[in-house]
Amino acid sequence: MSGPKLVQEVREVVASRELLVNFVRRELRSKYKGTFLGWAWSLINPLATTLIYTAVFAVVMRVQPPVGVDGLTNYALFLLCGLLPWNFLAVAVQGGQTVLLDNGNLIKKTYFPRRLLLLSHIGAGFVTFLVEMGVLVVVFAFFGVNALPWIPLLLVIMVLFAAFGLGLALALSVANVYFRDVAHFVGLFMQIWFYATPIVYPLALVQGLGGGTGRWNGIPLADLATLNPAVAFIEPIRDMFYDGTFPEPRYLLAAVGWALLTLLVGNLVFRRLEPRLAEEL
Amino acid sequence: MADVAINVEDVSKRFRIYHERNQSVKSAVMRRGRARFEEFWALRDVDLEIPYGKTYGLVGHNGSGKSTLLKCLARILVPDKGRVVANGRISALLELGAGFHPELSGRDNVYLNGSILGLSRRDIDARFDDIVEFAGLEQFIDTPVKNYSSGMYVRLGFSVAINVEPDILLVDEVLAVGDEAFQRRSAAKFDQFRDEGRTIVVVSHALGSVRNMCDEVAWLDHGRVLEVGPADAVVGKYADATTQTPTEPAHVHPSDVRMTGLTALVDGRPVQELAVGSPIDLRLEWQADRAVAGLLLAVQLRTSDGMLIGTARSDALGPLTLGPGTGAVDLHLESWPTAAGTYVLDAVVLEQGEPERELDRLSDAARLAVVAEGARGHEGLILLGGSWS
Repeated sequence: MSGPKLVQEVREVVASRELLVNFVRRELRSKYKGTFLGWAWSLINPLATTLIYTAVFAVVMRVQPPVGVDGLTNYALFLLCGLLPWNFLAVAVQGGQTVLLDNGNLIKKTYFPRRLLLLSHIGAGFVTFLVEMGVLVVVFAFFGVNALPWIPLLLVIMVLFAAFGLGLALALSVANVYFRDVAHFVGLFMQIWFYATPIVYPLALVQGLGGGTGRWNGIPLADLATLNPAVAFIEPIRDMFYDGTFPEPRYLLAAVGWALLTLLVGNLVFRRLEPRLAEEL
Repeated sequence: MADVAINVEDVSKRFRIYHERNQSVKSAVMRRGRARFEEFWALRDVDLEIPYGKTYGLVGHNGSGKSTLLKCLARILVPDKGRVVANGRISALLELGAGFHPELSGRDNVYLNGSILGLSRRDIDARFDDIVEFAGLEQFIDTPVKNYSSGMYVRLGFSVAINVEPDILLVDEVLAVGDEAFQRRSAAKFDQFRDEGRTIVVVSHALGSVRNMCDEVAWLDHGRVLEVGPADAVVGKYADATTQTPTEPAHVHPSDVRMTGLTALVDGRPVQELAVGSPIDLRLEWQADRAVAGLLLAVQLRTSDGMLIGTARSDALGPLTLGPGTGAVDLHLESWPTAAGTYVLDAVVLEQGEPERELDRLSDAARLAVVAEGARGHEGLILLGGSWS
């Protein structure tokens, strides 16, 4: 029974794509409304976090960035390859989970496919993500690395990552309507997830634990890292940009798997809880 | 099927009333599982065919489920049983400007709201000037709507919704928007809608306007459909039903002097029904614990939905002294002033002075059904009368 329903849901979304575009536009336009720097903020924020993390991890704690393409060793560039995708996921999940609550009045008074609210939130985040990755390509060029050939594959991974984020946001947003605790729980979880993912440190550091076994006190941390879905999206991006190598196929496969699985499950949860939204809000 | 705009097939809708709601995981765990709630059926097996090109009214007292039904038609609520099948584009006027984003300009919001209502960008381009002109906001269209007055906000919302030109328009008591000029334009737009053969579904408490606007009416009671049929007949029955179970007459300001009753008399006999234009006596009964001087009596006539039509005061008798004890005062009307319908009378006693003070009001003291031989010439609220030459 799930098949025809899914087709119907996709059709509904496709039919209201203009509304989707308008929602995305609303989100992007209102984001920096009333600020003096406006869109510059979307670049200032990652720049500032990069400076902070570089100061803390590269300068004070002396985390050694691995040697990348053409002997490139630059912690800030290494960090950005992981931080920009992570920021996209964080916005998708943490902003996405409150989207239904924030638009309660709209849901109670008007009809449109409710999924559009999630799609547009992820869409707006994706636009920012695209701009940031575009800037990153320029920055790499500035350091003498030509990342242009990787762009087609990068786009594929980004779209898969967006599908993954959408799946999470779909499930969490409806859950949050019924249990407001979800938002706080997710806030905590995202913090743990951030440090569990090799973003501020190289994955090789985890694999090198316990004399190369990747174990720490008997816990197989390196193996666990490969089960972390965020790794499946972030490592390939870093492989391409920083290391200049084709991503490991197992990560790419995992990325496809995680994206599809999360999106399907998220949509299922959403379908289940969607009908009573207007009453519960 | 083409002559049915909306088909409501055995629709039931259940609501949950939470006693203590589990909105935190902690409370869910503590209470071991589900939240405690009661269920009640807001709609029960509602089966309706709303015909194409007609204006359709939904009446019923508060909690009868008419607004719930409207929301089911608008697809905002999903029925627990049954289904709603609509043929054509629906636009719902439930809350005006519900989709507005305060930070965005009026222009951006017109496009946003229009697309929520199902218009494409090109459609909105074509209607944009009409929308802005209808709302009368040409000068402010590029101002963020957070700086709009509430009137401007609602006017723009209404203007977008009405200019969507839906096949089916759902309206929930939002006709009284803006100043008089705007209301006139709105009413004209509704008329134009009807003339173009579009379908309108109206939920309203104002029985007079339902009777005037609607072709067909469904009467809902406790979530069930009691009666469906031509507007005049169903609204009439609904009004009668509310007359037969009159609300207990209420004293507003209990004091030493009280109004205890109001009786309508024709030829000395108490009546509850009256022919249009006939003479009538209204007997006001009072009770006083002690003698109170400087009083004035009054009768107020209202429609069954509470609108004041007229007042008759006993000024001509001079200051009255009533009590102690009980008694009655009569008011004679040479000719009953209203057209056919159900009317309510209040009995009032006032204390003269500057300012006047209302000592007691017996509201809903009597109800009168005014009937006419044939409806022709009896539209509206009052008899205009006059002599022709």
